Amino acid sequence: MIELSLDGQLLRVAQGTTVAAALYLGGDGNSRTSVSGQRRAPFCGMGVCQECRVSIDGQRRLACQTLCRSGMQVETQP
Amino acid sequence: MTRDFDLLIIGAGPAGMAAALAAAPSGARIAIIDDNPAPGGQIWRDGVQAQLPAAAQRYRAALAAASNVQLFAATRVVAIAGPQQLLLEDDNSAWNVRYSTLILCTGARELLLPFPGWTLPGVTGAGGLQALVKGGVPLTGERLVIAGSGPLLLASAASARKAGAQIQRIAEQASLAALSAFTLQLARWPGKLLQATQLLDSHYRSDSFVVAALGSEKLEAVRLSQSGKIIEIPCERLACGFGLIANTQLGQALGCRVADQAIAVDDWQACSRTDHYAAGECTGFGGSELALVEGAIAGHAAVGEQHQARALWPQRARWQAFARQLNRRFALNPQLKQLAEADTLVCRCEDVPYSALAERSSWVDAKLHSRCGMGPCQGRICGAACEYLFDWQTPTPRVPLTPTRIDSLLQLAEAQVHG
Amino acid sequence: MNADVIVIGAGIVGSACAKTLAQRGMNVLVLDSQRGGATAAGMGHLVAMDDNPAELALSRYSIELWQQWAPQLAADCAYRNCGTLWLAANQEELQAAEHKGETLRAQGVTCQLLDAEGLRQTEPMLRRDLSGALKVNGDSIVYAPNAACWMLTQGGTRIRQRCEQVSAVEGNRVRLADGSWLQAKLVIMANGIHASELCPELPIRPKKGHILITDRYPGRIQHQLVELGYAASAHVTSGTTVAFNAQPRPTGQILLGSSRQFDSLSPEVEGAVLARMLQRALDYLPELGQLNAIRSWTGFRAATPDGLPLIGAHPQQPGLWLAVGHEGLGVTTAPGTAQLLAEQLLGEPSAIDPAPYRPERFLHTHELKEQHR
Repeated sequence: MIELSLDGQLLRVAQGTTVAAALYLGGDGNSRTSVSGQRRAPFCGMGVCQECRVSIDGQRRLACQTLCRSGMQVETQP
Repeated sequence: MTRDFDLLIIGAGPAGMAAALAAAPSGARIAIIDDNPAPGGQIWRDGVQAQLPAAAQRYRAALAAASNVQLFAATRVVAIAGPQQLLLEDDNSAWNVRYSTLILCTGARELLLPFPGWTLPGVTGAGGLQALVKGGVPLTGERLVIAGSGPLLLASAASARKAGAQIQRIAEQASLAALSAFTLQLARWPGKLLQATQLLDSHYRSDSFVVAALGSEKLEAVRLSQSGKIIEIPCERLACGFGLIANTQLGQALGCRVADQAIAVDDWQACSRTDHYAAGECTGFGGSELALVEGAIAGHAAVGEQHQARALWPQRARWQAFARQLNRRFALNPQLKQLAEADTLVCRCEDVPYSALAERSSWVDAKLHSRCGMGPCQGRICGAACEYLFDWQTPTPRVPLTPTRIDSLLQLAEAQVHG
Repeated sequence: MNADVIVIGAGIVGSACAKTLAQRGMNVLVLDSQRGGATAAGMGHLVAMDDNPAELALSRYSIELWQQWAPQLAADCAYRNCGTLWLAANQEELQAAEHKGETLRAQGVTCQLLDAEGLRQTEPMLRRDLSGALKVNGDSIVYAPNAACWMLTQGGTRIRQRCEQVSAVEGNRVRLADGSWLQAKLVIMANGIHASELCPELPIRPKKGHILITDRYPGRIQHQLVELGYAASAHVTSGTTVAFNAQPRPTGQILLGSSRQFDSLSPEVEGAVLARMLQRALDYLPELGQLNAIRSWTGFRAATPDGLPLIGAHPQQPGLWLAVGHEGLGVTTAPGTAQLLAEQLLGEPSAIDPAPYRPERFLHTHELKEQHR
């Protein structure tokens, strides 16, 4: 198991889990709030639509193309 | 930093892997770049909940064993840095790669069309849901509706069911007549017929398409048009895919000719630009079998093995015929152009509604005055939707080809105009 | 007659001319080729520039007009009075900032000097060791493509628009791509860099610029940030120069410039120029390196030999008026340009001295006779 932080909460996931999956496993699955205030979640699943962009260790990255790593700090956009 | 390779392959899906393995015995120095964490592309995507088919495992093992092939996973092409040079970025660094020959195996993405409610959490692409599930997204006990077009819907249903989802409906927009004709033709490709039988599902309906996703904060139900009747099905998830579109952006940026929305290639899988080849879905939708054989042809041709390449032509012709059937039978119903309502967001990055676009004359006009396509997806989703909805042409992409750290772009300091 | 006035070009300058003339009762026909020009490509920084008295007079006067229009501007014009900070990297530049402040204040432009600590508090993302800055309060930003559209709506039915490419101009007549001619009492040429296609005698050269924009990172910077060396870069007449220029978009994106190139006519984004420009930006905003860039593009400024626009009657073609050659200041000076032109057309007294912008400084009336001989 890997332990990472999602919005300040510790979360344990299996090796090979994507950050996109971690959003569901440790929260409501949502990644961000849109320009007009809608909640959004991963959509295309393959690195195209950019809906799943979150802050990973301080950098804005795609949750669907990033694997969870031990000690990773993930922050969604409220 | 700059690395040199004889052969650079962009994309480690079936086409890219087959290309690398075909070219490897020549001894050429080969690199494969892929933006996903593991090779396999979409169809052979690996992950915590993925079960790779035997063929995928074979290709991966062979690739790992080829000492002259280097795989760079989780690595993106972000710019063209010179005549035969690309700028790449991974999570920590950026570097230039120089090549003698390039094979584009950039695959396809789903055509995702706007309809009321499509931005609600719970709505995903059909292939998108498959990918998310493989990466570990749990579906246990969730009610799922799948809607759109093409064989991918059945494949998506099968993997979702394995992950614990309860399939409520699979809505295929194609008519029963088209599906019957397609099924009759399948006998020509027995393997495909077997696959289709295995995937058959009692929830499958033809002449059916999504009208709206319903819910306030997240998806609660789906409204479908089923053989002309409107029905509503409560569910937690909706997976939509209206077929595939080729990822031509990098090819276009490199100056390779694009025809019929795909990178144009000749019999050798060669592009209009010398020393540039393309194979797989980026040259037109055809499925993994076609991608494998195209990739192998490109790999052989790229290292000068014309004889071996030519030997694969009959095999390619066979799968091209299958691809033609697919494209013909799953052609989209024009009614799908009417799904978006005035307030339906078309651009999901900038939240631009349909009403702001309908009055515009072109993609550039829409972008300049409504912000459509100005967000981080760079019009990959809304641009493709607008091409389908309004017949607008989107221009050749510029640097950065994907959102890129500014630090990485500093590596372009030595870049030359590629002309 | 197809209209009282035909305006060639629906960019910011042409649209401002159309608005100003329509509001004085003229019927205006605006022709635009939709090829895109500097209005679509530029930053939309409304800035008081003071490299010479004429530049300052026109930019200061125009910013006043922008401020008058501001309350009526449509929301999508994204007008924000964010002010400009002219950044001093060392004591020498701080002296230059002081001097600049004196020049601006002498013309009634409000500004204050910030010391190093004041600058750190105002813009904490900036490099810590800067010496200070001159803050120009009245400077603003605007999204020029929509501002141009807004101006065209201000003329009501007096402004008509057609998508046409003009292939020739003869005084008060213009020929369209299909060979037909349109005529008006007068024609105003406001098509920026494309003007020399119709009037090769105009001393206008394209000066290429690059721009890059980030994803949304709200609140990182508050003001338009410009290095004091910017003016020097802006006035080089050959080769390629870069200068730091960053704008906080109302979206939370950061818009980055700037580059100036005389040797390139290709619209292609040039990696090496972009990298130089970004390196310069990182010198001032080191944390920028970790932010995602999402788009870059280029544009061409219509540069004249003395850096001032051509505003007034074409001395060799009766009926043809010019409003071109605004270099990098077209968005700023569009309202003043329109006002100056209208005053000259109607024989009204001018709010500022029109002489420095008159085309006669490059185009002499006697050349007309020589050509006709």
